[in-house]
Amino acid sequence: MITRRNLLLGGTALSLSGCTLLDSLTGDSGMRALLQGAETLTMTAQRLLLGDALAPEFAESDIRQGQHPNGSTAVDSPEYLDLQAGGFAGYNLAVTGLVETPLTIPYGQLTAMPARTQITRHDCVEGWSCIAKWTGVQLSAILDQAKPLPTARYAVFHCYDAIERNLSGEVLYYESIDMIDAHHPQTILAWAMNGRPLPMANGAPLRLRVERQLGYKMAKYVHTIELVDSLDGVGQGRGSYWADRGYEWYAGI
Amino acid sequence: MDQGPLIYRQKLATRITHWLWAICLTFLMFSGLQIFIAHPYLHFGKEAGFDYDNAALAIEARQNGDAVQGITRILGHEFDTTGYLGYVNGEARALPAALTMPSGRSLATGRVIHLFFAWVLVATLTIWLVFSALNGHLRRLIPTASDLRNLPRDIASHLRLRFHHTPDYNVLQKLAYASVLFLALPLMIATGLTMSPGFNSIAPWLLDLFGGRQTARSIHFLTMLALILFFFVHMAMILAAGPLNEIRSIITGWYRTDPETGGQDDHAA
Repeated sequence: MITRRNLLLGGTALSLSGCTLLDSLTGDSGMRALLQGAETLTMTAQRLLLGDALAPEFAESDIRQGQHPNGSTAVDSPEYLDLQAGGFAGYNLAVTGLVETPLTIPYGQLTAMPARTQITRHDCVEGWSCIAKWTGVQLSAILDQAKPLPTARYAVFHCYDAIERNLSGEVLYYESIDMIDAHHPQTILAWAMNGRPLPMANGAPLRLRVERQLGYKMAKYVHTIELVDSLDGVGQGRGSYWADRGYEWYAGI
Repeated sequence: MDQGPLIYRQKLATRITHWLWAICLTFLMFSGLQIFIAHPYLHFGKEAGFDYDNAALAIEARQNGDAVQGITRILGHEFDTTGYLGYVNGEARALPAALTMPSGRSLATGRVIHLFFAWVLVATLTIWLVFSALNGHLRRLIPTASDLRNLPRDIASHLRLRFHHTPDYNVLQKLAYASVLFLALPLMIATGLTMSPGFNSIAPWLLDLFGGRQTARSIHFLTMLALILFFFVHMAMILAAGPLNEIRSIITGWYRTDPETGGQDDHAA
């Protein structure tokens, strides 16, 4: 029987249905997988169009504020705090996995390597942007020393920061890029920001810059770069903390 | 009132692309608003001001004693929007759940929906352009010289809700549809691409054209509002001009014209 009350309820349900229609998408489903196919399309299109074009670089006068920190802004593990107390003199970057020559590069040696400085815009997936000057060593220079094996397809970044703490322990941040982005001239491991050593909030002592992608790709507090042939064994299988939580692995848009 | 002849007004490609847009734009709007609430500010410039203020719009929740208020700031003027914007249903949220897709907070899912339908929109616009160029539909959207002469009379008859059902679109229809298809939708796509850090590397001129990534984001948002305005006017015009006939023509293509209508210049007052 149609009563006035039922009509009203029906009306409310109808007006909400537009937005709740795709609520089930937040979990894993075939529908979500279908819509996520657009990510492959975007990546394919951008790979075809972009080549090795450089991200826009800006002028000193465009730096109007500090780099807004987001995600992890501090690390509290004893190992990290010890390194920090010593000005990162005891810090080593490890390069492991599918390489001919595994490396352990001390902080002093990293900062003595030829550096690239770039003033770029950092775009957060949330929608904001921030311009800062980054100085660091090109990832390609480090890969040249380590000599990746032909089977290496991805560079995985392991970090000190616990991005999440849950009942089963801590989740340390991890991120990955493919060899195309790894060899891009603007892909650097930055140890300085705006002319000063990288602050803790922005990823000291070393953070990745991948200037043609969104901020979450640019892992902070990096301690190890591991070259792999597949992302299956990394995190929950998508090779990136945020990709494992539903965001795009390829974050060029 | 006598009935004039039934004419085949909308070709299949026109009808299919019309409904694809309707679907795409609906999903794009709701998922876009989901993305917006992750950073409910509209800045003008290259970056978002954190240490300085370049936000024309800000939607925030603010603690006020024991209560939380929703505050919306537009061009420096603050409005208390508790319950509607900024603080809704006991939650610090820029927009109510009914305006975002998914209804709960999920930036990741909002992006999945948005970027999927963005591709469908681009594909639809491309298909429409090709078909409309080939079948003559494109020409029907461009106002002619006599259309422009009739503009004042057409505005007057619209204001009096007197509509003429002619085989061709009237001049206000042409202007409205052409602005959506040739201005608003391309602008949405261009400002959307300007927000892509990847696309910036091959088209940095887009950043200069729009005045920076954050300005492009704000234009994207404002164009969305313009499209919503178009939608409501579009619905009002359909209701006023005879909804059954108008809806039939965009579903089946067949449209009932006015009996006395010989040509489009026949604008009986």
